[in-house]
Amino acid sequence: MSQLSLTMAVVLVLAAAILVVGMARKIWLYAVTPAPLRIPTTPAPFTRTGAAFRVGREVMLFESLFKADKLLWVFSVLFHLGLLLVLVRHLRYFLPHAPEALVLIQPFGKLGGIAMVVGLLGLLARRVILPRIRYITSATDIGTLLLLIAIGASGLTMTYFIHTDIMGLKAFLASIPQFDLQPIPDDAPLVTHLLLVAGLLMITPFSKLLHMAGVFFSPTRNQCDDARTRRHVAPWARPYDQQR
Amino acid sequence: MADFEVPPLADDIDTAAPPALAPNAMAHLKTFPAAPAHNEALGFPGQLVENWQERAIEKMGELLEKYRSLRVYLDSCVKCGACADKCHYFLGTGDPKNMPVARQDLLRSVYRYYFTPAGKLLGRLAGARKLTEAVLQEWYTYYHQCSQCRRCSVFCPYGIDTAEISMAAREIMDHIGLGQKYSNEIIGKVHKIGNNLGLPEPALANTLEGLEEDVLDATGVNVKFPLNVKGAEVLLVTPSADFFAEPHVDGLIGYAKVFHQAGVSWTLSSHASEAANFAMFIGSYDQMHKVANRIRQAAIDLGVKRIVFGECGHAWRVAYSFLNTLAGPWDFLDPRYPRPQHILEFTHDLMMRGGIRFDKDANAGMVVTMHDSCNVARASGMGDRPGGQFVIPREVIKACVPKFVDMHPDTIHEKTFCCGGGGGLLTDDLMELRVKGAKPRMDALKQVVERDGVTNMVAICAICKSQFTKVMPKYGFDMGMVTSLHQLVSRAIRLGPGA
Ligand code: HEM
Ligand code: SF4
Ligand code: SF4
Repeated sequence: MSQLSLTMAVVLVLAAAILVVGMARKIWLYAVTPAPLRIPTTPAPFTRTGAAFRVGREVMLFESLFKADKLLWVFSVLFHLGLLLVLVRHLRYFLPHAPEALVLIQPFGKLGGIAMVVGLLGLLARRVILPRIRYITSATDIGTLLLLIAIGASGLTMTYFIHTDIMGLKAFLASIPQFDLQPIPDDAPLVTHLLLVAGLLMITPFSKLLHMAGVFFSPTRNQCDDARTRRHVAPWARPYDQQR
Repeated sequence: MADFEVPPLADDIDTAAPPALAPNAMAHLKTFPAAPAHNEALGFPGQLVENWQERAIEKMGELLEKYRSLRVYLDSCVKCGACADKCHYFLGTGDPKNMPVARQDLLRSVYRYYFTPAGKLLGRLAGARKLTEAVLQEWYTYYHQCSQCRRCSVFCPYGIDTAEISMAAREIMDHIGLGQKYSNEIIGKVHKIGNNLGLPEPALANTLEGLEEDVLDATGVNVKFPLNVKGAEVLLVTPSADFFAEPHVDGLIGYAKVFHQAGVSWTLSSHASEAANFAMFIGSYDQMHKVANRIRQAAIDLGVKRIVFGECGHAWRVAYSFLNTLAGPWDFLDPRYPRPQHILEFTHDLMMRGGIRFDKDANAGMVVTMHDSCNVARASGMGDRPGGQFVIPREVIKACVPKFVDMHPDTIHEKTFCCGGGGGLLTDDLMELRVKGAKPRMDALKQVVERDGVTNMVAICAICKSQFTKVMPKYGFDMGMVTSLHQLVSRAIRLGPGA
């Protein structure tokens, strides 16, 4: 077993652990923090089902973003949809036998990779060109985009130019939980790609990437408009009822 | 008042570009801080406390545990800038710190520094800042240049509501002794006298008597304006500006005529002679609860069966979205009307049932448009379906006037622009901001004036009405264009038996 394989295994496991624990902690905090007053942006659905659909539209269609800025919406959808396709495509590296559906979408996954990088370049260009956006951009905003672009670029390199040993990679990944490490294919694009991904996983719970959790907890979107018919006294606000 | 230039209105709002960035263009404009007595009356320290930094961070930590909105919103912003050009104060001033995301960042940077590993580790690289005197001054300046209108929230992909952040910032500042004069002084008056204007009971009674005489003279009908009548069916809670400001008072006369014609007994209360709840502006649950419960108390003391709110934007937000939580349950009200209603719900319902009828000729020659008030449009509702707050007022207007037109679709309904004076900013010391912040609304008004010959702009909020009458002349519009919705009702309603 090589030094490299061991290092990579440790880094990946650590990154995954940070991601899971970090996100779980944040989600827990969001969930237990009360929302003492009803603040949905109206008009809002009257029912919880309606509010769930509203959040669903935000997550799947970026509904509010579409209202705000069509060009940004296009770049954003290219990137996120591309990323989603890429992620689904990646499942086959973790599954012993890829289901047929997964095999069928492989070509879309490849397109997804390109869409993702194109979208990211568009997002980056906005940050550089538009004075308003440049003003609100900090180093970490650029850094996050560059990191994702580097992940996409190293991935596409393997897809289109320097093919890596997929079977070897699968064997390596599958061997990690068994504590019987198989060697990782020793090529630069793959190692770079994996290290960058590990970096991304590690920063997720501590950065603006938290939006992927936040979007589900935003009171202006996930609350239904029922304050007129239901009282919503937060636990910390209960003593107030006695004061009157 | 300092000199400033009124921004030129757009020739064509469809092609108008957002303003060029003018860094610190509004940095000089600070609203007057509250005197110690005004802060102390609300239980806040009189002036900036010794260890204000520590206390501010402590308060921020407390608010993070109390408000999910704050916690989620401080974490989730991706700096996409979708909100950046949606704020009327940015559009009117070009000051980048008036972009909603930049306004949030003033607080977020401090949050990052004290509450997140990334901020502690990377500092400025991650946009984190220590809370210094300069930062505090920036908070004071720019969190008092936000009218909490929530337009940014409509466009943000996560619904991040800058109003929540600016309320939290004001709450923190109040707790270290840095309150705003305008809001805190007014809340003190509500506690002491019962209304924002500090109008005591005898003066109120006098005013109402005068109104009865005026209406009798004008119509020959004995329309009553009752005060503190026990056992009345309806308690009307209305912004105190309705008692004498123009055009507010014409709206009040309209409500009285509607009640008269409906044959419903009603009353005002001197204890709750104010619908406004400025405590919302300073983000204080505690104060908001106190102010809200005056209304519960008045309703119980007078033994009324229904509560109806007059035309007021943020008051309706509190009434619609918060009052049940703060001052409910309303189990003592008539089960057919088991919750506070808006006067427009009352009037509209009566109109639909044929209980009142209108004569459009009374408003002949008018071409009317409507300014949706931000708190009615984006923070509350009306009637029994979402969006009723847009439909119901328009149906009543259309029944009262010969011609109605809407302004540009990007400036009405939930995309409406703030009048420029909401959220505790309706004070002369912020006149420059108020004038500039009204620009987006004025742009849209100009378009319908030129295209459709609009003569009147209806508002259903006391703050909007006061703000517009003051700032519209600066843009060359007659202040008489500003119209209360129930002013149209008042002119058009048929009074008397068999009407
Ligand atoms: C529930 C899932 C998600 C939703 C609903 C979502 C939605 C959005 C939206 C609406 C934007 C704003 C538009 C833009 O700037 O592109 C955005 C930005 C962003 N998202 Fe997501 N996202 C999700 C998951 C992710 C994931 C998994 C990643 C990557 C790991 C990611 C990375 C980013 C980045 C880096 C930006 C900022 C782009 C920039 O800097 O311009 N998102 N997201
Ligand atoms: S709430 Fe209104 S005033 Fe405040 S930042 Fe958002 S758009 Fe601007
Ligand atoms: S629209 Fe929302 S996520 Fe985008 S910059 Fe504004 S507040 Fe941040």
